[in-house]
Formats: sequence, structure tokens, C-alpha cells
Amino acid sequence: MELKKYLYQVISAFIVGLIFGVGLIISGMTQPQKVIGFLDLLGSWDPSLMFVMLAAIPVHFISYRLIAKMPSPILDWKWHYPTKKEITKPLVIGSILFGFGWGVGGYCPGPALVALGSGALNVIVFLISMTIGMWFFGFLNKRIKFNR
Amino acid sequence: MNELLVASIIHAVVGGILIGIASSLMLVFNGRVTGIAGIYNGILSFVKKDTAWRVAFVLGLVTSGIIGFRLFPELFINQSGRSLVAIVVAGLLVGFGTVLGSGCTSGHGVCGIARLSIRSLVATLAFMASGFLAASIFEYYF
Repeated sequence: MELKKYLYQVISAFIVGLIFGVGLIISGMTQPQKVIGFLDLLGSWDPSLMFVMLAAIPVHFISYRLIAKMPSPILDWKWHYPTKKEITKPLVIGSILFGFGWGVGGYCPGPALVALGSGALNVIVFLISMTIGMWFFGFLNKRIKFNR
Repeated sequence: MNELLVASIIHAVVGGILIGIASSLMLVFNGRVTGIAGIYNGILSFVKKDTAWRVAFVLGLVTSGIIGFRLFPELFINQSGRSLVAIVVAGLLVGFGTVLGSGCTSGHGVCGIARLSIRSLVATLAFMASGFLAASIFEYYF
């Protein structure tokens, strides 16, 4: 029974990944020049990508209100919500660093993983560097123990 | 408004709705927040019984890209003109920053804000501001 539930979780995660990916492709997020056109305020600003968040948030806002009333998720025994509440320095500094990388490369993690499906060299290079960046954080965190 | 912009906005809204639906399904079925940087980073730390669903999710993303690229290759072309050096720097910053900051555009920007998390709102304002700054500076000077 337990193993069956884990298997269903895996299948569900795969389907969610598929739908999320299709959403990213349709929205234009897998085209770095479009992302940069949105983030570059000094050029001919393209506001369209703002509507990705503006559409996704209300959908999830409504569903979250309904889902939160359930005693547990359908395929798991408990919820896995992030619990941390305080605004920490690592939260702000990390987000600033991420934003900088996003503005320079035009890729955030989701669209880069989707674009890996195209096999393009620049996406592979981006993902390898991203993985090294994450690994480097893990390396530092073992020594410094950031209060994220 | 010109027609191209209108088409772009319609695409963004349709894609955004799908992203909202996908995040909702992840929550109702798996009880988890769809933070892509976090899900991917979790694979690197190899926790037993916690790796398979993460790999499956990432494979779902990549599969959507493989199919999407077959049907609409023009939606995947990188015409940003960024050099590989810029892309390496960008990748390192995105990788390090998203883990230090506990999330990316999906985890903070969509899921967190939808759950009215103040932490996620602050993070989103921070990465949007620095994203605007970085892209504007880069386009202006390089």
C-alpha cells in the first residue's frame, strides 16, 4: 500500500511537470530574449510576461483556499508547506543574486529545464553552471550554516 | 495596442493559467509546493524516498520541452545574443541565489504569493528588482 502511494506520487509529479512545462512554453518563458525584453526597462519594454504571474497567482490562490481545507493531500499522509516566516538576510540576498542571474541570462530554473528538451548548447551550459552554483551553496552551507 | 503585443499577452495568460493549474495539482495530490529550484536542488542531496518524485517532475518538464521543440522549435531559439561567459555567470548566480533565497520564480513568485506568504512577497520583489536592474544594465552597456 505504501509503495503504491509512492508510485502514484511519482506519476503525479511527472504529469504536473508536463503541464507546468507546457504552460512555460506557451507563455514565452523559454525564449530568453523575451524574458530580457520584459526585464529591460530601458529598451522597448515588453510587458507581456507580467501576465504569466498575474494569471497563475489567482488560479492558485483560489485552489489553495479550497485545498487547505482538506485533512491531507490525496497521495500523501501530510502536507509539506514551507513553515519559515521570518524575513532573513539570506532570503533577500539570495533572491537579489538570483534576479541578477535571471536578468543576465534570461533563464530561470523552470524554463531552462524545459528548454533542455531542445538540446541547445547554451541551455546545457546554463544548467551545468546552475547545478554547480547549487552544489557550491551546499558546500558552503556545511561550514557556515546559513539561517535561510 | 499592436496585435503582436495582444497575442503575446494572451499567450502569457493561457500559459500562466496552466502553471497555476499545475501548481494546484501538485498541492492537492502530492501536498507539495511547486518550487522548481527547490525540487531540482533536492535531487542533488539524495534523500531516500524523496528523490523519485523530484526526478519524475523534472523529467516531466524536460519531456514537455522535447515534445514542444518538435512541434514549435521557434519557441526555443535563444536570440538573446548573450555570450557563453554571460550564461555561465548567470547560471552560477541563479543556482546559488535560488538555494540561498529558498526559491525562484515558481516557488516564491507563484506558489508563495498565492499562499499570501510575506517571505515570498519580499523574495519576489527582490528578484524582480535586481532582474530589472541586471537586464537593463546589461542591455545598455554590452
